[in-house]
Amino acid sequence: MSIQINHLTHIYNADTTFEKTALDDVSLEIQKGEFIGLIGHTGSGKSTLIQHLNGTLSPTSGEILLDGENIHKDKTKIKEVRRRIGLAFQYPEYQLFEMTVYKDVAFGPTNMGLSSEEIRESVISALQTVGLSEEVYEKSPFELSGGQKRRVAIAGVLAMNPEVLILDEPTAGLDPRGRDGILQAIKDLHDQRGITVILVSHSMEDVAKLVDRIIVMHKGKVAMQGTPGEIFSHVEELEQMGLAAPQISYVFAELKKQGFAVPTNIYTVEEAREALLKLLKQVKA
Amino acid sequence: MIRDITIGQYYPVSSPIHRMDARVKIIITFLYIISLFIVDNIMGYVVVTAILGAVIYVSKVPAKFMLRGLKSILIIILFTAVINLFLTQGGEVLWQWKFLKITTAGIYMAARMCIRLVLLIVGSSLLTLTTTPIQLTDGIEYLLRPFKKIGVPAHEIAMMMTIALRFIPTLLDETDKIMKAQQARGADFDTGNLLQRAKSLIPILVPLFISAFRRADELAMAMEARCYHGDENRTRMNVMKMHSGDYKAVVLTAVYFCLTIGLRFLGNTVHFWI
Repeated sequence: MSIQINHLTHIYNADTTFEKTALDDVSLEIQKGEFIGLIGHTGSGKSTLIQHLNGTLSPTSGEILLDGENIHKDKTKIKEVRRRIGLAFQYPEYQLFEMTVYKDVAFGPTNMGLSSEEIRESVISALQTVGLSEEVYEKSPFELSGGQKRRVAIAGVLAMNPEVLILDEPTAGLDPRGRDGILQAIKDLHDQRGITVILVSHSMEDVAKLVDRIIVMHKGKVAMQGTPGEIFSHVEELEQMGLAAPQISYVFAELKKQGFAVPTNIYTVEEAREALLKLLKQVKA
Repeated sequence: MIRDITIGQYYPVSSPIHRMDARVKIIITFLYIISLFIVDNIMGYVVVTAILGAVIYVSKVPAKFMLRGLKSILIIILFTAVINLFLTQGGEVLWQWKFLKITTAGIYMAARMCIRLVLLIVGSSLLTLTTTPIQLTDGIEYLLRPFKKIGVPAHEIAMMMTIALRFIPTLLDETDKIMKAQQARGADFDTGNLLQRAKSLIPILVPLFISAFRRADELAMAMEARCYHGDENRTRMNVMKMHSGDYKAVVLTAVYFCLTIGLRFLGNTVHFWI
């Protein structure tokens, strides 16, 4: 399933003093199975953009096509659009409300009108995907730790078996272990089930490690898009937008300046390790 | 839809009304509300509406913005109109069906109540639109000060109001966010019968209450961490001061108040009705 965004503009509070253009003529295309990183400074329009993709916001002008069909064309189908495009908002644990973890995750599939057998299947599969063990299924979601709550909330979106998964800062405010766990679960979903993933993130490290393509938003427009290698080679432009390249690439830029023969297109710790080992071997020899 | 509620909102522009002392504005609003009940004839309503229109013009708050605020209470106005229309006795009977009847006095009363309500709401929302919540509660605290002697906790009341007003937009935003999140999981708030709709509110209300309590708890902790302990020996960063504009406003209000009383007596002698 492909998503096509044509000349999307969104203005908040139009015709008042609070008027704000959050998206300004954005055109994008997202192919099936892609892993996309959406980055941008606070207020650059990332959250507004992703809320358009499942129809929770309606465009001021422009259109969003899902497999060539405008998602707002048929109002009765909006629920189906929301099932196919799963959206997990920032701090999704604040939307939990049920008595037990199981019931909360079942909220989505129940709204979709599935049979109780199908609901059971998708709930358990979703909970397993995010790495929650069976002993928490009957606990109240409010008894869990922050990282676990976050997983329950993401499982609530996954349980609808979406074809596209959009996550707005899924690791914000989590400890390193919680963060790695959630990122690994997202990576597995993409690699094993072939789900299209759009990851909104402030962490350049996470983005460099995971995604195939990066979209950079700036002041409501798409400023750049390309592979992590292409994007992070434009460090100066990124810094002007209040962003940065992954920290490790600054280390390598400095090493190069000090006269070491290292490549400068290093964006993840794994790549850095390889490059440094190679360098050490050369020095020894 | 939730953003259409303008009651209690502040409209940030600079105008003579915005610059006035909050205490003066509160008292004037009070007098204005009383004047609405003094006025009882068409001539009076025309004059009050014209003066209110002039004040709105001076305040630089767009009339469109004010009318949008009225939309959210349209039901209350209609309800009042219907009740008055059918339940007022007296006058000539124009239409009757079993126990329901419409009389000239009914139409009269309904129209009067509607005009009064609209003027009341537009006038008092002008106060909150032109006064920041902080100024407003400072003003209320000052005006409640004399009642402290009989045990009215003026400072605490003002603080509670400040906090409540401060959290209105926050909670509205939060509601909006939770609604969107639940919609993303297929929740449906717009269809179904009354019971189903009431039930569909649970996924919004539970997270909303939890977050409200969490925020209250965090706020209390933050206030205690900064040694807040209420009224005693507290000084202000912005001390309230009356300026020439405030004195002018007081004089104009006095004139206005006399005018409304005058119009009432005039109306009783020279019948303006019909």
